[in-house]
Amino acid sequence: MALLTVSGSPHVQSNQTTKKIMWTVIIALLPALLVSIYYFGLDALMVTLTSVVFCVGFEWLIQKFILKTKTTIGDGSAIITGILLAFNLPANIPLWIVGIGALVAIGVAKMSYGGLGKNPFNPALVGRVFLFISFPSKVAMSEWPLPKPLFSSSVSDALTGPTPLLAMKNGQAVDLWNMFIGATGGSLGEVSAIALIIGGLIMLFRKVITWHIPVSFLTTAGVFGLILWLINPNEFIHPAYQLLAGGMMLGAIFMATDMVTSPVTYKGQLLFGFGCGVLTIIFRSFGPMPEGVSFAILIMNAVTPLIDKAFKPKPFGY
Amino acid sequence: MKTFNKGGVHPQENKLSNDSAIEVFPLPKQAVVFVSQHLGAPSTMVVQKGDKVKAGQLIAKAEQFICANTHSPYSGTITKIDLATDFTGYKKPAVYIDVEGDEWMEDIDTSNDIVRDIKLDSAQIIDKIKEMGIVGLGGAAFPTHIKYMLPQGKKADYLIINAVECEPYLTSDYRLMKEKAEECLIGIEILKKALNVDKALVGIEANKPDAIEGFTQLSKNYKEIEIVPLKTKYPQGAEKQLIYALTKRQVPSGKLPIEVGCVVNNIGTAQAVYSAVQKNMPLVQNILTLTGKNVKQRKNLLVRVGTPLQSVIDYCGGLPEDTGKIISGGPMMGKAISDLSAPTVKTTSALLLMSKKESSRKEETNCLRCGKCVKVCPMGLEPIKIAQLAENRLWKDAEKAYAMDCIECGSCHFTCPAGRPLLDLMRVSKNHIGDLRRQKAQR
Ligand code: SF4
Ligand code: SF4
Repeated sequence: MALLTVSGSPHVQSNQTTKKIMWTVIIALLPALLVSIYYFGLDALMVTLTSVVFCVGFEWLIQKFILKTKTTIGDGSAIITGILLAFNLPANIPLWIVGIGALVAIGVAKMSYGGLGKNPFNPALVGRVFLFISFPSKVAMSEWPLPKPLFSSSVSDALTGPTPLLAMKNGQAVDLWNMFIGATGGSLGEVSAIALIIGGLIMLFRKVITWHIPVSFLTTAGVFGLILWLINPNEFIHPAYQLLAGGMMLGAIFMATDMVTSPVTYKGQLLFGFGCGVLTIIFRSFGPMPEGVSFAILIMNAVTPLIDKAFKPKPFGY
Repeated sequence: MKTFNKGGVHPQENKLSNDSAIEVFPLPKQAVVFVSQHLGAPSTMVVQKGDKVKAGQLIAKAEQFICANTHSPYSGTITKIDLATDFTGYKKPAVYIDVEGDEWMEDIDTSNDIVRDIKLDSAQIIDKIKEMGIVGLGGAAFPTHIKYMLPQGKKADYLIINAVECEPYLTSDYRLMKEKAEECLIGIEILKKALNVDKALVGIEANKPDAIEGFTQLSKNYKEIEIVPLKTKYPQGAEKQLIYALTKRQVPSGKLPIEVGCVVNNIGTAQAVYSAVQKNMPLVQNILTLTGKNVKQRKNLLVRVGTPLQSVIDYCGGLPEDTGKIISGGPMMGKAISDLSAPTVKTTSALLLMSKKESSRKEETNCLRCGKCVKVCPMGLEPIKIAQLAENRLWKDAEKAYAMDCIECGSCHFTCPAGRPLLDLMRVSKNHIGDLRRQKAQR
């Protein structure tokens, strides 16, 4: 007689797994990666690969030699952190800086808390902000490589220029359509709104994310941006630029939706998105820097446990 | 379409045995009948070794309040009275019968004629239900007559009939509704009379359109039996969720349905009540679905209580090669079987044979905080949080997080992408909280 398994119900499980979720996110990131390779050349690919290799490598090393636990690199989450970190960096950044960013992202922001699912802050954002503070000249938020046609060797010596956000702050004109498709300066993964939106739709369709955070983030930023612009169109930038420029799309679609660091209920997620939107516009409009998405999301990450407490579901029968 | 208000999941329906008409399963040569097959105090044996019994004869009597009679499903000789192993591996007192012929007690009407006239009054009906050993066939095996003896000061507004069958794979209720619709409806009419209510609501999941159609047609012959199609969503058939879907009333935490004026019984129970009251037929047989993806002949069988599980499987083409798990009941709430030599009981409504692959749990990772378990919980709980508290053995905090309200539907566990054993942890919490409460009560 065959040996039978005896365990508690339920005896079936959905076919959604951690691995599938992570690989769906990786696939959803590909359109933006392709666009960045198209505009920034092979340097974009190099930065991304370096970042991924370092992130996965550090996770493996830390688990093998420091934590002495089973390796979890197969779940794909370190690859995502790698890609997202790269997406937040300019294509002409020296690769050793990317390595440092990866160490901070994986070592400090993820593994020191116990690995996947336990980190309070989005690891890629922590890595990015660390680099930004430590190497402002290399990861500055003002001068970024300008796009160049595909495969023109390298962009390291290409022209650099201001990002649309800074250009606008300086009163220069920028082209909305170019921003939409990605033909604009910026960190390598954030430039193409359309590619990021396609990625978002992939995740939405595969039920990896829900609409709540991106929609509330973008709507809030749009409305708040519109109000400021109506008050003083000379001082503040047009809301359409707010939405398309800088890390807004990348942040709203890929960073703020990181399930580990965002609230678990729909209502909580709406508030989380709202907070991200308001803070981003405040930082952008009144802060010293042209960009504010990363800081906005990190602050909301910190508030997430509170939001979860506040938006507990109401139990049935009470 | 009506449905419950929170959460829910959509497991694959896999109603593979929908089209197999009910077949009468041949009598076994030897049978083992457990003395007590209900939830509550044990029944008292009234037969001895060597006794000749007829089918339908009383073998154990309910002498305590929450208790049920047990009857012999067979005619033959009692060869042994001893402990027998049930399908979960527990040893329980049982009667071993050598089956000889099929002779029934004289006062039982075994014909297929339908008796429509309800002659008994409310109290007589309840007595009859008790006498015939009817228990809830939805799975809990709670003695049915108790539900109709309302506590002082309580009044029922609705009789609610659970014909949802929201568990994947199961088709016994569906076949019953298709083949014995009129008996079911007369049974509902009887229960209405027992309860003194005007209205019965019958909830059927929308994935059974022909059952809904047939019942709706037939119900026109009866006053105030309303057939309500419900959205196909698990756990539509969970008691509190069903009551909410049908009446918008919320049974308060820790209370019974009568608190909101409802009494709930399963459709199978209603049909058993028909047989008991109209035909004097005790509960000695039931419909059992034998199913599974690799099963050669999936069947709906009318089996006598006490039939060895192995013989049912053999009858349907034997155990498939790679069987990894056998479930009594459905895949969401059923129990895993450890011993196939065990006999069926009154509530064995399905045997589900799962392959090794289908029944293996997915690889476990850390919780991703995806929130899916929170969103699918029909009781509005936070399984992610209770599971964390359980892992840290913080039972008091788990209690404050409403762990005791968990209905063990398994939706959270089913959904979790990280493969966390959420319902296992819920059960552990509930056990510990129960212990703590008992200790407190003793002090
Ligand atoms: S098993 Fe309990 S906690 Fe999980 S979904 Fe069902 S009721 Fe909620
Ligand atoms: S469903 Fe699983 S992974 Fe998601 S929050 Fe609940 S326990 Fe965590």
